[in-house]
Amino acid sequence: MVSWTDQRLEVIISVLLRTGVTIAATVVLLGGICFLSRHGQEQAEYHVFHATATIYRSVSGVIHNAGPSNCPAVIQLGLLVLILTPVARVAFSLAGFAMERDRTYMALTAIVLGILIYSLAGAH
Amino acid sequence: MTNLEFTPLVFGISAVAGCLGALTGLGGGVVVTPALTLLLGVDIRYAIGASLVSVIATSSGAAAAFVREGYSNIRIGMFLEIATTLGALLGAFLATRTPTAVLSLIFGLVLLHAAWQSSRGHRHSDQAQAPDALADRLKLNGSYPSPDGPSKYQVSHVKTGFSLMFGAGTLSGLLGIGSGALKVIAMDQAMHVPFKVSTTTSNFMIGVTAAASAGIYLSRGYIEPGLAMPVMLGVLAGSILGARQLIGARVRVLRWIFAGVVGVMALEMIVTGVQGKL
Repeated sequence: MVSWTDQRLEVIISVLLRTGVTIAATVVLLGGICFLSRHGQEQAEYHVFHATATIYRSVSGVIHNAGPSNCPAVIQLGLLVLILTPVARVAFSLAGFAMERDRTYMALTAIVLGILIYSLAGAH
Repeated sequence: MTNLEFTPLVFGISAVAGCLGALTGLGGGVVVTPALTLLLGVDIRYAIGASLVSVIATSSGAAAAFVREGYSNIRIGMFLEIATTLGALLGAFLATRTPTAVLSLIFGLVLLHAAWQSSRGHRHSDQAQAPDALADRLKLNGSYPSPDGPSKYQVSHVKTGFSLMFGAGTLSGLLGIGSGALKVIAMDQAMHVPFKVSTTTSNFMIGVTAAASAGIYLSRGYIEPGLAMPVMLGVLAGSILGARQLIGARVRVLRWIFAGVVGVMALEMIVTGVQGKL
Protein backbone atom coordinates (compact mmCIF):
# COMPACT_ATOMS: atom_id res chain seq x y z
CA MET A 1 0.00 0.00 0.00
CA VAL A 2 1.48 3.34 -1.02
CA SER A 3 1.25 5.71 1.92
CA TRP A 4 0.89 9.45 1.95
CA THR A 5 4.52 9.70 3.01
CA ASP A 6 5.56 7.94 -0.21
CA GLN A 7 3.62 10.52 -2.17
CA ARG A 8 5.31 13.40 -0.37
CA LEU A 9 8.70 11.75 -0.86
CA GLU A 10 8.08 11.57 -4.60
CA VAL A 11 7.15 15.25 -4.84
CA ILE A 12 10.37 16.31 -3.07
CA ILE A 13 12.35 13.96 -5.32
CA SER A 14 10.82 15.48 -8.46
CA VAL A 15 11.91 18.95 -7.33
CA LEU A 16 15.40 17.57 -6.67
CA LEU A 17 15.55 16.04 -10.15
CA ARG A 18 14.38 19.18 -11.91
CA THR A 19 16.88 21.32 -9.99
CA GLY A 20 19.70 18.93 -10.87
CA VAL A 21 18.83 18.99 -14.57
CA THR A 22 18.55 22.80 -14.59
CA ILE A 23 21.98 23.24 -12.95
CA ALA A 24 23.51 20.61 -15.26
CA ALA A 25 22.06 22.18 -18.42
CA THR A 26 23.26 25.65 -17.35
CA VAL A 27 26.82 24.45 -16.69
CA VAL A 28 26.89 22.48 -19.98
CA LEU A 29 25.60 25.54 -21.86
CA LEU A 30 28.25 27.84 -20.31
CA GLY A 31 30.96 25.27 -21.05
CA GLY A 32 29.60 24.95 -24.60
CA ILE A 33 29.73 28.70 -25.28
CA CYS A 34 33.26 28.77 -23.84
CA PHE A 35 34.23 25.71 -25.96
CA LEU A 36 32.88 27.19 -29.21
CA SER A 37 34.53 30.57 -28.62
CA ARG A 38 37.93 28.93 -28.03
CA HIS A 39 37.77 25.88 -30.32
CA GLY A 40 35.08 26.90 -32.84
CA GLN A 41 37.43 26.86 -35.84
CA GLU A 42 38.94 23.47 -35.00
CA GLN A 43 37.81 20.40 -36.89
CA ALA A 44 35.09 18.24 -35.31
CA GLU A 45 36.62 14.75 -35.40
CA TYR A 46 34.29 12.05 -34.13
CA HIS A 47 34.55 9.58 -37.02
CA VAL A 48 37.26 7.51 -35.41
CA PHE A 49 37.06 6.38 -31.80
CA HIS A 50 40.15 7.03 -29.71
CA ALA A 51 38.62 7.53 -26.23
CA THR A 52 38.33 10.95 -24.58
CA ALA A 53 41.48 12.42 -22.94
CA THR A 54 42.21 10.90 -19.54
CA ILE A 55 41.50 14.09 -17.54
CA TYR A 56 37.86 14.02 -18.79
CA ARG A 57 37.36 10.41 -17.74
CA SER A 58 37.24 10.56 -13.95
CA VAL A 59 35.30 12.56 -11.39
CA SER A 60 38.49 13.96 -9.82
CA GLY A 61 40.06 14.78 -13.20
CA VAL A 62 37.02 16.77 -14.29
CA ILE A 63 36.72 18.67 -11.00
CA HIS A 64 40.42 19.59 -10.95
CA ASN A 65 40.49 20.84 -14.53
CA ALA A 66 37.12 22.62 -14.89
CA GLY A 67 37.60 26.39 -15.25
CA PRO A 68 37.82 29.21 -17.78
CA SER A 69 41.09 27.79 -19.14
CA ASN A 70 39.59 24.36 -19.84
CA CYS A 71 36.14 24.61 -21.44
CA PRO A 72 35.62 20.89 -22.27
CA ALA A 73 36.14 20.14 -18.57
CA VAL A 74 33.34 22.62 -17.75
CA ILE A 75 31.00 20.73 -20.11
CA GLN A 76 32.08 17.47 -18.51
CA LEU A 77 31.40 18.96 -15.05
CA GLY A 78 27.83 19.77 -16.11
CA LEU A 79 27.42 16.22 -17.42
CA LEU A 80 28.73 14.90 -14.07
CA VAL A 81 26.10 16.97 -12.23
CA LEU A 82 23.53 15.37 -14.53
CA ILE A 83 24.81 11.84 -13.88
CA LEU A 84 24.86 12.50 -10.12
CA THR A 85 21.23 13.75 -10.11
CA PRO A 86 19.63 10.26 -10.15
CA VAL A 87 22.28 9.14 -7.63
CA ALA A 88 21.16 11.96 -5.31
CA ARG A 89 17.59 10.83 -5.90
CA VAL A 90 18.40 7.31 -4.66
CA ALA A 91 20.34 8.67 -1.66
CA PHE A 92 17.36 10.86 -0.79
CA SER A 93 14.98 7.91 -1.10
CA LEU A 94 17.19 6.02 1.36
CA ALA A 95 16.76 8.85 3.88
CA GLY A 96 13.01 8.87 3.18
CA PHE A 97 12.63 5.14 3.82
CA ALA A 98 14.69 5.57 7.00
CA MET A 99 12.20 8.20 8.19
CA GLU A 100 9.36 5.79 7.38
CA ARG A 101 11.31 3.12 9.34
CA ASP A 102 10.98 0.72 6.43
CA ARG A 103 13.96 -1.62 6.82
CA THR A 104 13.24 -3.74 3.76
CA TYR A 105 13.29 -0.71 1.48
CA MET A 106 16.27 0.81 3.25
CA ALA A 107 18.19 -2.37 2.34
CA LEU A 108 16.90 -2.46 -1.25
CA THR A 109 17.72 1.23 -1.77
CA ALA A 110 21.20 0.78 -0.25
CA ILE A 111 21.91 -1.96 -2.83
CA VAL A 112 20.95 0.36 -5.72
CA LEU A 113 23.06 3.17 -4.25
CA GLY A 114 26.02 0.81 -3.88
CA ILE A 115 25.80 -0.24 -7.55
CA LEU A 116 25.71 3.42 -8.66
CA ILE A 117 28.69 4.40 -6.49
CA TYR A 118 30.64 1.38 -7.75
CA SER A 119 30.05 2.52 -11.33
CA LEU A 120 31.11 6.11 -10.68
CA ALA A 121 34.01 5.53 -8.31
CA GLY A 122 36.04 2.92 -10.10
CA ALA A 123 38.50 2.96 -12.94
CA HIS A 124 36.88 0.28 -15.07
CA MET B 1 33.60 20.30 -40.56
CA THR B 2 34.54 22.84 -37.87
CA ASN B 3 33.02 22.78 -34.39
CA LEU B 4 31.06 25.96 -35.19
CA GLU B 5 29.30 24.13 -38.05
CA PHE B 6 29.07 20.73 -36.39
CA THR B 7 27.56 21.83 -33.03
CA PRO B 8 24.36 23.54 -34.38
CA LEU B 9 23.80 20.62 -36.75
CA VAL B 10 24.01 18.07 -33.93
CA PHE B 11 21.85 20.30 -31.73
CA GLY B 12 19.16 20.46 -34.44
CA ILE B 13 19.15 16.70 -35.07
CA SER B 14 19.01 16.02 -31.31
CA ALA B 15 16.17 18.51 -30.79
CA VAL B 16 14.06 16.81 -33.49
CA ALA B 17 14.84 13.41 -31.96
CA GLY B 18 13.96 14.65 -28.46
CA CYS B 19 10.70 16.18 -29.68
CA LEU B 20 9.64 13.03 -31.55
CA GLY B 21 10.68 10.91 -28.58
CA ALA B 22 8.50 12.93 -26.19
CA LEU B 23 5.53 13.04 -28.56
CA THR B 24 5.49 9.29 -29.10
CA GLY B 25 6.63 8.33 -25.61
CA LEU B 26 9.52 6.25 -26.95
CA GLY B 27 12.30 8.59 -25.77
CA GLY B 28 14.85 10.49 -27.82
CA GLY B 29 17.90 8.30 -27.19
CA VAL B 30 16.80 5.55 -29.50
CA VAL B 31 16.77 7.95 -32.49
CA VAL B 32 19.82 10.10 -31.66
CA THR B 33 22.43 7.37 -32.02
CA PRO B 34 21.38 6.11 -35.47
CA ALA B 35 20.93 9.72 -36.65
CA LEU B 36 24.46 10.66 -35.56
CA THR B 37 26.09 7.54 -36.99
CA LEU B 38 24.12 7.33 -40.24
CA LEU B 39 23.86 11.06 -41.09
CA LEU B 40 27.13 12.44 -39.67
CA GLY B 41 29.37 9.38 -39.58
CA VAL B 42 30.03 9.68 -35.83
CA ASP B 43 31.62 6.56 -34.29
CA ILE B 44 28.83 4.56 -32.64
CA ARG B 45 30.66 4.52 -29.27
CA TYR B 46 30.76 8.34 -29.06
CA ALA B 47 27.10 8.46 -30.17
CA ILE B 48 26.07 5.93 -27.52
CA GLY B 49 27.88 7.90 -24.80
CA ALA B 50 26.23 11.19 -25.77
CA SER B 51 22.82 9.54 -26.11
CA LEU B 52 23.03 7.93 -22.67
CA VAL B 53 23.69 11.32 -21.07
CA SER B 54 20.69 12.83 -22.86
CA VAL B 55 18.52 9.97 -21.59
CA ILE B 56 19.29 10.97 -17.98
CA ALA B 57 18.36 14.58 -18.79
CA THR B 58 14.94 13.78 -20.27
CA SER B 59 14.07 11.24 -17.60
CA SER B 60 14.89 13.60 -14.74
CA GLY B 61 13.34 16.61 -16.48
CA ALA B 62 10.04 14.88 -17.10
CA ALA B 63 9.76 13.38 -13.61
CA ALA B 64 8.35 16.55 -12.06
CA ALA B 65 5.34 16.59 -14.37
CA PHE B 66 4.69 12.88 -13.92
CA VAL B 67 4.89 12.93 -10.13
CA ARG B 68 2.30 15.70 -9.89
CA GLU B 69 -0.23 13.33 -11.47
CA GLY B 70 0.35 10.85 -8.63
CA TYR B 71 0.73 7.72 -10.77
CA SER B 72 4.30 6.58 -10.17
CA ASN B 73 5.04 3.89 -7.58
CA ILE B 74 8.35 4.52 -5.81
CA ARG B 75 8.51 1.02 -4.30
CA ILE B 76 8.02 -0.84 -7.58
CA GLY B 77 10.61 1.51 -9.09
CA MET B 78 13.23 1.06 -6.37
CA PHE B 79 12.86 -2.73 -6.19
CA LEU B 80 13.15 -3.14 -9.96
CA GLU B 81 16.07 -0.71 -10.15
CA ILE B 82 18.23 -3.38 -8.51
CA ALA B 83 17.65 -5.46 -11.64
CA THR B 84 18.04 -2.58 -14.13
CA THR B 85 21.24 -1.16 -12.57
CA LEU B 86 22.89 -4.60 -12.39
CA GLY B 87 21.86 -5.16 -16.01
CA ALA B 88 23.20 -1.71 -16.93
CA LEU B 89 26.62 -2.55 -15.44
CA LEU B 90 26.71 -5.77 -17.44
CA GLY B 91 25.57 -3.96 -20.59
CA ALA B 92 28.21 -1.24 -20.25
CA PHE B 93 30.98 -3.82 -19.76
CA LEU B 94 29.69 -5.78 -22.77
CA ALA B 95 29.59 -2.58 -24.86
CA THR B 96 33.35 -2.13 -24.47
CA ARG B 97 33.99 -5.67 -25.70
CA THR B 98 31.43 -5.88 -28.50
CA PRO B 99 32.56 -5.11 -32.09
CA THR B 100 30.85 -1.96 -33.41
CA ALA B 101 29.30 -3.92 -36.30
CA VAL B 102 27.53 -6.17 -33.80
CA LEU B 103 26.39 -3.12 -31.76
CA SER B 104 24.95 -1.65 -34.94
CA LEU B 105 23.13 -4.88 -35.73
CA ILE B 106 21.60 -5.17 -32.23
CA PHE B 107 20.65 -1.50 -32.39
CA GLY B 108 18.86 -2.10 -35.69
CA LEU B 109 16.84 -4.94 -34.20
CA VAL B 110 15.85 -2.82 -31.18
CA LEU B 111 14.78 -0.04 -33.58
CA LEU B 112 12.69 -2.50 -35.60
CA HIS B 113 10.87 -3.45 -32.40
CA ALA B 114 10.37 0.24 -31.55
CA ALA B 115 8.91 0.89 -35.02
CA TRP B 116 6.55 -2.04 -34.67
CA GLN B 117 5.53 -0.96 -31.16
CA SER B 118 4.97 2.61 -32.33
CA SER B 119 2.74 1.68 -35.28
CA ARG B 120 0.69 -0.69 -33.15
CA GLY B 121 -0.08 1.73 -30.31
CA HIS B 122 -0.90 0.48 -26.84
CA ARG B 123 -2.82 -2.73 -26.27
CA HIS B 124 -4.33 -3.04 -22.83
CA SER B 125 -3.22 -6.06 -20.89
CA ASP B 126 -5.79 -8.27 -19.25
CA GLN B 127 -6.16 -7.41 -15.59
CA ALA B 128 -6.91 -10.95 -14.39
CA GLN B 129 -4.27 -11.55 -11.74
CA ALA B 130 -3.03 -14.25 -9.48
CA PRO B 131 -2.08 -12.86 -6.07
CA ASP B 132 1.70 -12.74 -5.62
CA ALA B 133 3.14 -13.32 -2.13
CA LEU B 134 6.33 -11.48 -3.03
CA ALA B 135 4.34 -8.42 -4.12
CA ASP B 136 2.63 -8.40 -0.72
CA ARG B 137 5.88 -8.79 1.17
CA LEU B 138 7.53 -5.99 -0.79
CA LYS B 139 4.45 -3.76 -0.50
CA LEU B 140 4.31 -3.29 -4.28
CA ASN B 141 0.52 -3.08 -4.53
CA GLY B 142 -0.74 0.47 -4.67
CA SER B 143 -3.42 2.82 -5.90
CA TYR B 144 -3.63 5.65 -8.40
CA PRO B 145 -6.03 8.59 -8.82
CA SER B 146 -9.06 7.95 -11.06
CA PRO B 147 -12.28 9.93 -11.66
CA ASP B 148 -14.02 7.73 -9.03
CA GLY B 149 -11.36 8.25 -6.35
CA PRO B 150 -8.23 6.14 -5.68
CA SER B 151 -8.17 2.96 -7.75
CA LYS B 152 -6.31 0.03 -6.19
CA TYR B 153 -4.18 -2.46 -8.11
CA GLN B 154 -2.50 -5.79 -7.40
CA VAL B 155 0.93 -6.63 -8.81
CA SER B 156 1.68 -10.16 -10.03
CA HIS B 157 4.57 -12.15 -11.61
CA VAL B 158 7.18 -10.17 -9.70
CA LYS B 159 10.02 -12.59 -10.57
CA THR B 160 9.24 -12.46 -14.30
CA GLY B 161 9.15 -8.67 -14.17
CA PHE B 162 12.46 -8.58 -12.30
CA SER B 163 14.14 -10.79 -14.94
CA LEU B 164 12.77 -8.70 -17.80
CA MET B 165 14.05 -5.58 -16.07
CA PHE B 166 17.54 -7.08 -15.91
CA GLY B 167 17.32 -7.50 -19.69
CA ALA B 168 16.07 -3.93 -20.13
CA GLY B 169 19.00 -2.66 -18.05
CA THR B 170 21.51 -4.69 -20.07
CA LEU B 171 20.15 -3.28 -23.33
CA SER B 172 20.24 0.23 -21.86
CA GLY B 173 23.89 -0.11 -20.87
CA LEU B 174 24.86 -1.82 -24.13
CA LEU B 175 23.25 0.72 -26.49
CA GLY B 176 23.03 3.91 -24.41
CA ILE B 177 19.23 4.04 -24.62
CA GLY B 178 16.57 4.39 -21.93
CA SER B 179 14.86 1.16 -23.05
CA GLY B 180 11.62 2.59 -21.67
CA ALA B 181 9.52 0.48 -24.03
CA LEU B 182 10.89 -2.75 -22.57
CA LYS B 183 10.48 -1.45 -19.00
CA VAL B 184 6.84 -0.66 -19.69
CA ILE B 185 6.29 -4.13 -21.19
CA ALA B 186 7.82 -5.73 -18.09
CA MET B 187 5.51 -3.83 -15.75
CA ASP B 188 2.34 -3.49 -17.82
CA GLN B 189 2.26 -6.86 -19.62
CA ALA B 190 4.12 -9.14 -17.18
CA MET B 191 3.41 -7.68 -13.74
CA HIS B 192 -0.07 -6.28 -14.56
CA VAL B 193 0.80 -2.84 -13.25
CA PRO B 194 -1.72 -0.31 -14.70
CA PHE B 195 -0.42 1.32 -17.91
CA LYS B 196 -0.22 4.87 -16.52
CA VAL B 197 1.64 3.66 -13.43
CA SER B 198 3.97 1.61 -15.65
CA THR B 199 4.92 4.51 -17.94
CA THR B 200 5.52 7.03 -15.16
CA THR B 201 7.44 4.56 -12.98
CA SER B 202 9.48 3.51 -16.03
CA ASN B 203 10.41 7.15 -16.65
CA PHE B 204 11.56 7.41 -13.05
CA MET B 205 13.71 4.30 -13.42
CA ILE B 206 15.35 5.29 -16.71
CA GLY B 207 17.56 7.98 -15.12
CA VAL B 208 18.88 5.68 -12.39
CA THR B 209 19.49 2.86 -14.87
CA ALA B 210 21.39 5.17 -17.22
CA ALA B 211 23.45 6.62 -14.34
CA ALA B 212 24.65 3.08 -13.54
CA SER B 213 26.25 2.66 -16.96
CA ALA B 214 27.28 6.33 -17.29
CA GLY B 215 30.13 5.88 -14.78
CA ILE B 216 31.61 3.06 -16.86
CA TYR B 217 31.09 5.01 -20.11
CA LEU B 218 32.87 7.99 -18.56
CA SER B 219 35.93 6.06 -17.43
CA ARG B 220 36.15 4.27 -20.79
CA GLY B 221 36.19 7.60 -22.65
CA TYR B 222 32.81 7.25 -24.43
CA ILE B 223 31.56 10.63 -23.20
CA GLU B 224 33.16 13.25 -25.47
CA PRO B 225 32.36 16.80 -24.21
CA GLY B 226 32.26 18.47 -27.64
CA LEU B 227 29.66 15.97 -28.89
CA ALA B 228 27.69 15.28 -25.70
CA MET B 229 27.11 19.04 -25.17
CA PRO B 230 24.87 19.69 -28.23
CA VAL B 231 23.24 16.24 -27.95
CA MET B 232 22.24 16.70 -24.30
CA LEU B 233 21.03 20.29 -24.75
CA GLY B 234 19.24 19.45 -28.01
CA VAL B 235 17.39 16.38 -26.76
CA LEU B 236 16.40 18.21 -23.56
CA ALA B 237 15.08 21.26 -25.45
CA GLY B 238 13.26 19.04 -27.97
CA SER B 239 11.64 16.88 -25.30
CA ILE B 240 10.39 19.90 -23.34
CA LEU B 241 8.88 21.27 -26.56
CA GLY B 242 7.42 17.86 -27.41
CA ALA B 243 5.83 17.42 -23.98
CA ARG B 244 4.16 20.86 -24.31
CA GLN B 245 2.79 19.99 -27.76
CA LEU B 246 1.49 16.62 -26.63
CA ILE B 247 -2.02 17.80 -25.84
CA GLY B 248 -2.79 19.26 -29.25
CA ALA B 249 -0.82 16.80 -31.37
CA ARG B 250 -2.37 14.28 -33.74
CA VAL B 251 -0.69 11.36 -32.05
CA ARG B 252 -1.94 8.71 -34.50
CA VAL B 253 -0.39 10.41 -37.53
CA LEU B 254 2.81 11.12 -35.58
CA ARG B 255 3.09 7.50 -34.51
CA TRP B 256 3.01 6.36 -38.12
CA ILE B 257 5.59 8.95 -39.19
CA PHE B 258 7.81 7.94 -36.28
CA ALA B 259 7.37 4.25 -37.06
CA GLY B 260 8.39 4.92 -40.68
CA VAL B 261 11.49 6.93 -39.78
CA VAL B 262 12.60 4.44 -37.14
CA GLY B 263 11.93 1.53 -39.50
CA VAL B 264 14.19 3.01 -42.20
CA MET B 265 16.92 3.71 -39.61
CA ALA B 266 16.59 0.15 -38.32
CA LEU B 267 17.19 -1.33 -41.76
CA GLU B 268 20.18 0.96 -42.38
CA MET B 269 21.73 0.05 -39.02
CA ILE B 270 21.26 -3.66 -39.76
CA VAL B 271 22.78 -3.28 -43.24
CA THR B 272 25.79 -1.34 -41.87
CA GLY B 273 26.19 -3.92 -39.14
CA VAL B 274 26.13 -6.82 -41.57
CA GLN B 275 28.56 -5.11 -43.94
CA GLY B 276 30.82 -4.35 -40.95
CA LYS B 277 31.26 -0.76 -42.06
CA LEU B 278 30.80 1.00 -38.72
